Amino acid sequence: MSSIPSTHAAGHDDHHGHGEHAKYPFLAHHFETPAHQFDSAKLGMWLFLATEVLFFGALFVAYAVLRVRFPEVFSYASHYLDTLMGGVNTCVLILSSLTMAMAVRFAQTDRTQAMLVCLVLTFMGAVGFMVIKYFEYSHKIHEHLVWGKTFYVPPEGELGQAERAELSKAPEPPPATLNPLDPAPAIVPTLAVLPAVEASAIKPASRGPVGLATPREQAQVERLPVPSEDPAFTKPALHLADPAMPANTHLFFAIYYCMTGLHGIHVLAGMVMLAWLIWRGARGHFSSKYFTPVDVGGLYWHIVDLVWIFLFPLFYLIH
Amino acid sequence: MTTIDASRPIDLAARPDNYLTHSRGFLSWALTLDHKRIGVMYLVAVLASFLLGGIFALLLRTELLTPGQTIPGVTADVYNQFFTLHGAIMVFLVIIPSIPGALGNFVLPIMLGAKDVAFPRLNLGSFYLWIAGAIFTLLSLAMGGFDTGWTFYTPYSTTTSTGGVIPVLFGVFILGFSSIFTGMNFIVTVHKLRPPGMTWFRMPLFLWAIYATAIIQVLATPVLAITLMLIVVERLVNIGIFDPSMGGDPVLYQHFFWFYSHPAVYIMILPAMGIISELISVHAHRHIFGYRFIALSSIAIAIFSFLVWGHHMFTSGQSPLMNTLFSLISFSVAIPSAVKVFNWLTTLYKGNISLTTPMWYALSFLVLFTIGGLTGLHLATLNTDVHLHDTYFVVAHFHYVMMGSALIGMIGGMHHWWPKMTGRMYSEKLGTAACFVIFIGFNVTFFTQFYLGSQGMPRRYYDYLPEYQVYHVISTIGSYVMALGFVMTAYCLISSLFSGRKAPANPWGGGSLEWQCTSPPPHDNFATQPSVGDCYDFRSLRWDEKEQGYVVDPALAAEAAKHPLH
Repeated sequence: MSSIPSTHAAGHDDHHGHGEHAKYPFLAHHFETPAHQFDSAKLGMWLFLATEVLFFGALFVAYAVLRVRFPEVFSYASHYLDTLMGGVNTCVLILSSLTMAMAVRFAQTDRTQAMLVCLVLTFMGAVGFMVIKYFEYSHKIHEHLVWGKTFYVPPEGELGQAERAELSKAPEPPPATLNPLDPAPAIVPTLAVLPAVEASAIKPASRGPVGLATPREQAQVERLPVPSEDPAFTKPALHLADPAMPANTHLFFAIYYCMTGLHGIHVLAGMVMLAWLIWRGARGHFSSKYFTPVDVGGLYWHIVDLVWIFLFPLFYLIH
Repeated sequence: MTTIDASRPIDLAARPDNYLTHSRGFLSWALTLDHKRIGVMYLVAVLASFLLGGIFALLLRTELLTPGQTIPGVTADVYNQFFTLHGAIMVFLVIIPSIPGALGNFVLPIMLGAKDVAFPRLNLGSFYLWIAGAIFTLLSLAMGGFDTGWTFYTPYSTTTSTGGVIPVLFGVFILGFSSIFTGMNFIVTVHKLRPPGMTWFRMPLFLWAIYATAIIQVLATPVLAITLMLIVVERLVNIGIFDPSMGGDPVLYQHFFWFYSHPAVYIMILPAMGIISELISVHAHRHIFGYRFIALSSIAIAIFSFLVWGHHMFTSGQSPLMNTLFSLISFSVAIPSAVKVFNWLTTLYKGNISLTTPMWYALSFLVLFTIGGLTGLHLATLNTDVHLHDTYFVVAHFHYVMMGSALIGMIGGMHHWWPKMTGRMYSEKLGTAACFVIFIGFNVTFFTQFYLGSQGMPRRYYDYLPEYQVYHVISTIGSYVMALGFVMTAYCLISSLFSGRKAPANPWGGGSLEWQCTSPPPHDNFATQPSVGDCYDFRSLRWDEKEQGYVVDPALAAEAAKHPLH
């Protein structure tokens, strides 16, 4: 792009007029200087990030409401998530954020080749994240660790054999726990086989609110094994066969798939964006005089990263 | 001290170029990046939707003429679809995009003194998102319609067997993003594209209102978007987050929905308030009273709008403490609203009022908004709300605010800027007559409903007890009168395109920048950067018979310059 003059335009010069438009091919007609255009684009992107925060915000609120209502579900079901895979994915995303930040810096300093390398590395990070995510999801779906009623259906084939055997022994659920509006619930017994107090994996507070439980009930609860605090606890291979599984455990997986799924869609969108940046970068569009798309694209990639930084501990690291 | 440039060409035929004639052909419109053309396209699209929503309204009112079935074939289920469609179309396709999308797009950059909005391509994208959303909404009709009410309350919306629920949810989701991108565009435009001299407190009040609206659009709409997606997922794969039989919480849905939809009420009313500030000051030829108070009350309303959503849920099992707090904060919204109303009244006081069509709409707004606002206080009061909840009183209240205020403000603004947009003057007599017919029809329709509601007639009902019939008949007759008024308005405006007198640059005596450029404006708005002054200082303007509009009188300007207002 030898036609681009070599003046450093990112600095604020006060010269206005149509001369600027002749000098900078990417300067839109209603902006006066490249810096003016850059500032506007950046403000626009920050506003978009605000909408993204609120977009995810509603799901975080749903998470909080469910977790306050069913703390035992979250502390139990979290053990079915693979912390190693999640941790690796966290590292992959943080590294990709680093390469993205470096790409922005290289664009600003006219090092186009280095910028392209960094953009490709960021893209590879996104691909890596999605591949690991794919293995995590497919493993869980295989074991029917999913949303809704399928969670209570034993998996097909050998995997579900023990569960089916276990379920055939389980007593019928008390009718009161079923939805009276639903004449034929597909949910199988474990939804509420055990009284809620016994099913809880959470140790009751040593000094809870007065009147919460009689001392006798409390003593009864404390005798129960608490799987999540037991050092010998390993997650049961088959969740349906596990008598310690609290009621409504499917809700953990519902919100898990909603939030990580929405995040995954954002990663895919980020991959499209990165591909576009690489394509334009390879055509020599970016330089110290025009790096707005790299910069605002970087902002988007960082928020995708940031959302995962919250999702990882909220789902994988509950104890 | 004025912004009007007297040297503008007077000979209308000699005008070289305007945005309408700048380029020709379908693609020059479909792919345009010109904010003025996008505004006109929004206007046409929104008015077409308004016609559709209005037809559903008339069908509803006709069905309610007698208890039981009135129109052959309209069963209770069909009736449910009618009111749902009426609500969804009017809210999501008409009122929310109307003022920002149509009038805001056209006027905002010119008023600001900018060449365009900050992101013209995104602006066109918003319009096509609107089109896509509208297509999905119509598609839902083809796929069996939907009868959830425009609020999509769970568990009904996740269990109803009507086939159009998922398409319309996608439609509203897309419309939401159209609204978000418009809001983002306007915020950045106001922040970054103000020309030298256009300080925050020199901006016309319409821009303050649009800016406050844009903040709400950007911050509230994403929550609705994700909530609707959760319902889609719930319907498709039954995740159970809102389903009580699976441990979920339907009240959580209501919180999410109203966290958007209450601010959305202000997305509807704030731009109308901005229009009224312009109309009252310009057509009373008097400097707006309390400029800063009106400007900042828009921001105050935007902030309050996020803190009152719980007043839709007083009977949904919220805790008494929450109810009390939401009730208290809801009352406090009355303060910035009343600040505006009293400032408008004071502007009119001793003003030199021209009773033009836009002014009649502004005066209608004052009456209707006051009634709508004050009846809101009945509903914000906890104990009266328990009685009035889900009755026609609520229906009447929000029609006074959403239609009597937001839409009347929109139509008033349309009449105000019509000469600027089209370059044609409409018939004042017909326009005023139509305004009167609409005003009378509106009050006959909806004032009756206050009484109906306080007597216990529940909303959304297909059938009713015979003692309510006389009020339903009155209300229905009112709706026919109103429909007649809108037909008159449509005739008045459309006929002006063919036989209207050519519009002068400044037909009303406005002082903001859009009246500086010709009618219709040239393609790039301003040949040279306009000078910015106090847009509500009208002292240097006088009526010019030859121009048939207002022009700057140099003698008056010199006199005004000696006595600055500030």
